[in-house]
Amino acid sequence: MKIASKSLTAEKLVRDALEKAKHYADYNIFTFLDEEGAIARAKEIDTKIKKGEKVGRLAGVPYALKDNFLSPRGETTASAHILQGFTSPITATAVTKLEAEGAIMIGRTNMDAFAHGSSTENSYFGPTLNSHDKERVSGGSSGGSAVSVALDIVEFATGTDTGGSIRQPASFNGIYGLKPTYGCISRYGVVAMASSTDCIGFFTKNPDDMDLLMSIASGQDPKDMTTLPDYYNEESEQKAHYRIGIIKDFDNESVNSEIRTALETKCDLLKSKGHEIVELKMPSLKYALAAYYIIVPAEIASNLSRYDGVRYGFRSKNSEDLDALYNNTRSEGFMPENKRRIMIGNFVLSSGFYDAYFLKAAKARSLIIKEYENAFKKCDFILTPVAPNPAFKLGEKINDPVAMYLEDVMSVPLNLAGVPGLTIPAGETKSGLPLGLQLIGPRRSDKALIKFSKELI
Amino acid sequence: MSNTKYIPTIGIECHVQLATKTKLFSEVDNDARGKEPNSCVSPVDYALPGMLPRLNGEAIRLAILAGRAMNCEINSHSRFDRKHYFYPDSPKGYQITQFYEPIIGEGYVELPSGTKIRIEHAHLEGDAGKLTHYDSYSLVDLNRVDTPLIEIVSMPDIHSAKDAHDYCKELWRLMTFAGVSYGDLYNGNMRFDVNISLAPEGAKKLGTRAEIKNLNSFRSVERAAEYEIIRQTKIYEKGEKVVQETRGWNDASGKTTTQRSKEEAKDYRYMPEPDLPPINLSDDFIETESAKLPPMPADYRKIFKGKIPEDILELLLDYPKLAEKLNDTDEKYAKNIANLFTSVLLAEEKSAEYLNDLPSTKDLNELAEMNENKELSSTATKEVFLRLFDPQMKHRGAKNIAKELGLIQENDLGALEKIVDAVLAKPETKKAQEDYRNGEQKVIGFLIGQVMKESKGKANPSAVQEIIKQKLA
Repeated sequence: MKIASKSLTAEKLVRDALEKAKHYADYNIFTFLDEEGAIARAKEIDTKIKKGEKVGRLAGVPYALKDNFLSPRGETTASAHILQGFTSPITATAVTKLEAEGAIMIGRTNMDAFAHGSSTENSYFGPTLNSHDKERVSGGSSGGSAVSVALDIVEFATGTDTGGSIRQPASFNGIYGLKPTYGCISRYGVVAMASSTDCIGFFTKNPDDMDLLMSIASGQDPKDMTTLPDYYNEESEQKAHYRIGIIKDFDNESVNSEIRTALETKCDLLKSKGHEIVELKMPSLKYALAAYYIIVPAEIASNLSRYDGVRYGFRSKNSEDLDALYNNTRSEGFMPENKRRIMIGNFVLSSGFYDAYFLKAAKARSLIIKEYENAFKKCDFILTPVAPNPAFKLGEKINDPVAMYLEDVMSVPLNLAGVPGLTIPAGETKSGLPLGLQLIGPRRSDKALIKFSKELI
Repeated sequence: MSNTKYIPTIGIECHVQLATKTKLFSEVDNDARGKEPNSCVSPVDYALPGMLPRLNGEAIRLAILAGRAMNCEINSHSRFDRKHYFYPDSPKGYQITQFYEPIIGEGYVELPSGTKIRIEHAHLEGDAGKLTHYDSYSLVDLNRVDTPLIEIVSMPDIHSAKDAHDYCKELWRLMTFAGVSYGDLYNGNMRFDVNISLAPEGAKKLGTRAEIKNLNSFRSVERAAEYEIIRQTKIYEKGEKVVQETRGWNDASGKTTTQRSKEEAKDYRYMPEPDLPPINLSDDFIETESAKLPPMPADYRKIFKGKIPEDILELLLDYPKLAEKLNDTDEKYAKNIANLFTSVLLAEEKSAEYLNDLPSTKDLNELAEMNENKELSSTATKEVFLRLFDPQMKHRGAKNIAKELGLIQENDLGALEKIVDAVLAKPETKKAQEDYRNGEQKVIGFLIGQVMKESKGKANPSAVQEIIKQKLA
């Protein structure tokens, strides 16, 4: 990525990025642009460079921040009505780390409200358009971030991935997108969707940028007790030849034929480089989507309880009593998809249903974790499609929640298991839509995964 | 019907606020006494988006002590759950508690009477905020949000209002002796929910229970239980059924009243807390922390059995610092010092202040010794004792204070005899001497008084009495 130096000023990098952001305004990528602030911070970095002072590894690098990261710069709304007007006094740990290295946030990116969705159509600000076809969705929930990188507005963007929200939009826009191992990057200061599956990650244009960002953002945070002790920067053993698993259970008619071809092409490429392709059977994965859409809505319903109109964000006017205040604020403030998930979540947690739904889903989750552990005894990495189809048309699935949920069938198992997955570009369809595949590794293999992805170029 | 005897069965849930420095899930001050509303609140406590709970290790250590104080198992594995409900006292919309796997397992509490009340379990959880209601609005104070609590759940082993009272009081003692809570009932450091049902004597099944919530004194626990026993007995005697419900206690009227029936009970939608990893404690850690438990009231009862009258000891056992101090002083003066504590110190207006700054063990031993050697009268002993709390004097020590105040008694019989002779030689005492010889024994008081006056209060009055008796015999 381009980093500021004496010959290439941070101000130039930032001004170029802002100009492009405005040029592509019709894609509806940004919910907020921090022109003044970004230029001011760029100038500070340029002054330091001029004086010969030490600057960070991301000096002057313009980036886009998904709208669910807390930062006092602009309103943090998670693209939800109910958070309109909320300016955070807190900065997310990930943002603090990036900015300490000199990265400059030029704006906040559009997303499905509270990250509920696979198309960014559930945003209070309307959908973000696909970088390759304006009639198609950008993917989601981190659609704005993916398109901001795909259109080369910024060098990188942050994202969150609870069930595919980084990997799927990366795939729909032909760029790299990493969902790290659960607990690798602190969730402190990121609006929670589902605490046990939420991961912070990035969109980049190449594996090296991803590696740099990971080496900066990863590590244990005392403010997030689910973070793992720092492992990312430990050197791992390199092998000459790797065994790559492909999952036979996914090899069926429900997957788009051009995606299947792309997978075969990449397998041939790997074989030609001396790597071995191993066929895997992972029968428990078929339960992943059902388990995911029980566990995740339960955590969503719980995490969204705090939005009651009392302390911050949107509050419905003219409520006569407390119950009316709660009801009106939440009825008016949440998007239909938010409400759907709150209702599912509360249903599966209700007394008398907990064992039948939540507990059963938790057991399925344990099976899935085991199945990945067993799979990684037979291979080093797994290569699968990210989603069954390339980017679909705007409005095509928005009124059919089940069809929309099925888009996540190949991405959610990783979140349930906590394993890392990296979307890599894999060519285009005949009609010019990007195709992506995901490379999956065992827990804590993030660095090796990123390194190995270069074999697929 | 009226011949049936109904036996009450009572189980008690007790919430204890732990005296940690910071809150259960954040780094702000946990002691909000005397502070502005909403001044001890972090973004984690008021549930800003993206905030995550951070477990306070001190709360775990105090929970271990609390558990050990109640002879409970400490579970090496426990974890947190979310309990959901909407109310402004709960900014997150859920309380973080331990529903499925609590940190403290089974145990028991032994009452002074010897009755054992079994503990079912006790769990860690965050407290809720406080609401103050006015005519057209309510005010919310979140200072108390996520103050660490342990909720102690007893088995239904209690069968009288008196035992309910004694159980709550003993719990309070255990928590204050273990140092896990300030135990300030007035400020809600401990709160009791009493579950009570009645069943005919000999019945195998328990009756329908009522729960009286949020009692904050032992006396109100006892009175509410007494009231409920009468109320439920009357219902059964009329042939009617007790309704399962939550009731409130009105201290002024002395009555319980309906708050919420079972049908209105909330569904809390419990769920494992995904933001906090499970608590796994090694045996070593549990053992090391348990070893820090100071002596408990039951230990002091054993130590002082036969040395201090039971009623005095029970009084002292309301004050961990007095029990501890007494245990430090010389065994042979235990009764003497215990008396000073109960009849002098606790009678003082400033006793609460004095408790925080007790005299040294050495001073107390010296003082008791002087009293028992008759160097100090009981009045003088009390006087010196109180001076030991005086910041200007205490550092001089008991012996010096007694000397400086001229309180040392004259025990030299020769010297005393001289004073007595001088007094008896005085004309104004002649009549009294005569009256005494004529059998009016009580006038000896007047003569002793004269001697005391002559000696400026230093004479040992009982020695003086003996000498006068001999002289006038």
